[in-house]
Amino acid sequence: MSRICPDPVLSIRNLRIGVGKHNAILHNVSFDILPGETYGLVGESGSGKSITGLSVMGLLKRPLQVTSGEVMFQGQDVLKLGNRARRRLRGDRMSMIFQEPMTALNPLVTVGRQIAEMLVVHRGMSWPQARRKAVEGLENVRVPSPEERARSYPHQLSGGMRQRVMIAIALACRPDLLIADEPTTALDVTVQAGVLELIAELCKAEGTAVLLVSHDLGVIANMCRRVGVMDRGRLVEEQDAKALFENPLHPYTRGLLAARPRLGSRTLAGRGRLTELDQVVASEDRGRDAPTLTTPREACPEVTA
Amino acid sequence: MLRFIFRRTLQMIPTLLAVVLIIFVIFSVIPGSFISSLMAEGRNAMNADVVAHLNSEFGLDKPLLVRLGDYLWGLAHFDLGISYRTREPVWNVIEPRLWPSIKLALTAMGFAVVVGVPLGFLAALKPGSLFDTGTMMMAVSGLSLPEFWLGLLLMYVFALQLGWLPSFGYHPGSIKHIVLPAIALGVSPMALLARTTRAGVLDVMNADFVRTARAKGLTEPRLVFAHVTRNVLVLVLTTLGLQFGSLMGQAIVIEALFSWPGIGSLLVDSVSTRDIPVVQGTVIVIVLWFLVINMLVDVAYAAIDPRIKVA
Repeated sequence: MSRICPDPVLSIRNLRIGVGKHNAILHNVSFDILPGETYGLVGESGSGKSITGLSVMGLLKRPLQVTSGEVMFQGQDVLKLGNRARRRLRGDRMSMIFQEPMTALNPLVTVGRQIAEMLVVHRGMSWPQARRKAVEGLENVRVPSPEERARSYPHQLSGGMRQRVMIAIALACRPDLLIADEPTTALDVTVQAGVLELIAELCKAEGTAVLLVSHDLGVIANMCRRVGVMDRGRLVEEQDAKALFENPLHPYTRGLLAARPRLGSRTLAGRGRLTELDQVVASEDRGRDAPTLTTPREACPEVTA
Repeated sequence: MLRFIFRRTLQMIPTLLAVVLIIFVIFSVIPGSFISSLMAEGRNAMNADVVAHLNSEFGLDKPLLVRLGDYLWGLAHFDLGISYRTREPVWNVIEPRLWPSIKLALTAMGFAVVVGVPLGFLAALKPGSLFDTGTMMMAVSGLSLPEFWLGLLLMYVFALQLGWLPSFGYHPGSIKHIVLPAIALGVSPMALLARTTRAGVLDVMNADFVRTARAKGLTEPRLVFAHVTRNVLVLVLTTLGLQFGSLMGQAIVIEALFSWPGIGSLLVDSVSTRDIPVVQGTVIVIVLWFLVINMLVDVAYAAIDPRIKVA
């Protein structure tokens, strides 16, 4: 893979995250993200998608901690960097969008200032200068009347608008990697598509790589070329998005795909959802003593081929 | 804003009416009157004619409802009545006591804020540390110490043993005289403020927007200053307002202990002599103080938090 492709922006190698030193909840996760690529990470809640994203940013909260592995960002292992160096990367070279736009913004600070802060901190701009840039940023994320909105407080904006503000904050310093953790999950279905399009478009224009974390296979299918499937702290399959949908290799992926609600067969889909995922559960014996799954590369040789 | 203040001022009237009613009922139920307290002081019985004369002079021979009506009528004209003891208008008795009390309350609260809030902040930034545990243990002790005992202890150590500060009394321009009573009065709000600040900081530090701020790559001081402090202030303000308001009431013991010529010691004196008009006037002043402080707190809320609007 790396023979033909450029060096990856982010390369995660055998990442393990544990509650404290021992109880591992993320097991030997490895994947690469190429420059400008949008990589999808899917899985049920609790499968370890979000903490993978947070560990890249260095935002894991105690008692969660990385116990082993490498997170190579632009050729350097960020896990070996000191707090200062890591902080400088955050927001500047890599940034993150969170799930809850309602609570992710400071309620007491105008959104313009929250965007401008990025430029003051990382670009050393003066506040008035940064504020003008913030208005431009709002314009880029297609917030109507950006001048006025920059003076608004978060509670005066709708959920979709707030998420656009989050995107403006995340992209203010034109990062090389954007981690979007369920960016549309908390949004109204009608505004989801708009926000996703915006992320795709802005990142394409800037050549920003995206790690898109979602439980929504539809979102992943639309946005990503390559997809990693996570289950209980393991990356169980990695495929091209198209291939994944047409020919899922791992039984868990098949269960996950089968669990999608389908249009037009409401009752059937509802029933199918439960029984099919249950079958996976039963066949895999998802209990504590379940035999450990093989790593994706071993399980699915086609992926790396 | 002005409309808000006006409306809140109107809302104080029913509260005041309730307070006046309660005091009236209590003083008509408890045994003893101004006259009986005079007799006890003189250690001898008074002439029945004199008693009847005094009773009619103060209107004590009238039925309770009539007296209440008379008092409310006066109150509507900003007239608090005449003190039984000094025969002066009640306001003239209270007025010179007002400033010393406010001064003591402000100093005590200033001490509580300046010491308590930073302590809580620092404790919360390193939860579980020795500093945190120590501060919180002190806070619990501060809350549990009876004020009069703390006052006596301070007097003993700093006035009697060390001789650094006067043990009691009041001089208008003197800073020395206010130190001990202010600390004795301020320790419990200080402890409470430290605790609420700590809880508030820990709460805000876990908020999603603080995670966002970290993801933005802010330095820790900047993060605390720009994103935590103001949000904590909203939480601390509630405690601060309530404490500040009730300080006048709490000052009763401390003022009596340190012979501080304030509202509190006036209240104690007036209750023991059954000088009911002064008691009523003093309680009304304390209640008004509480209500005004709370109104100011609400105005401050609106100034800090854009989500809260006063209209």
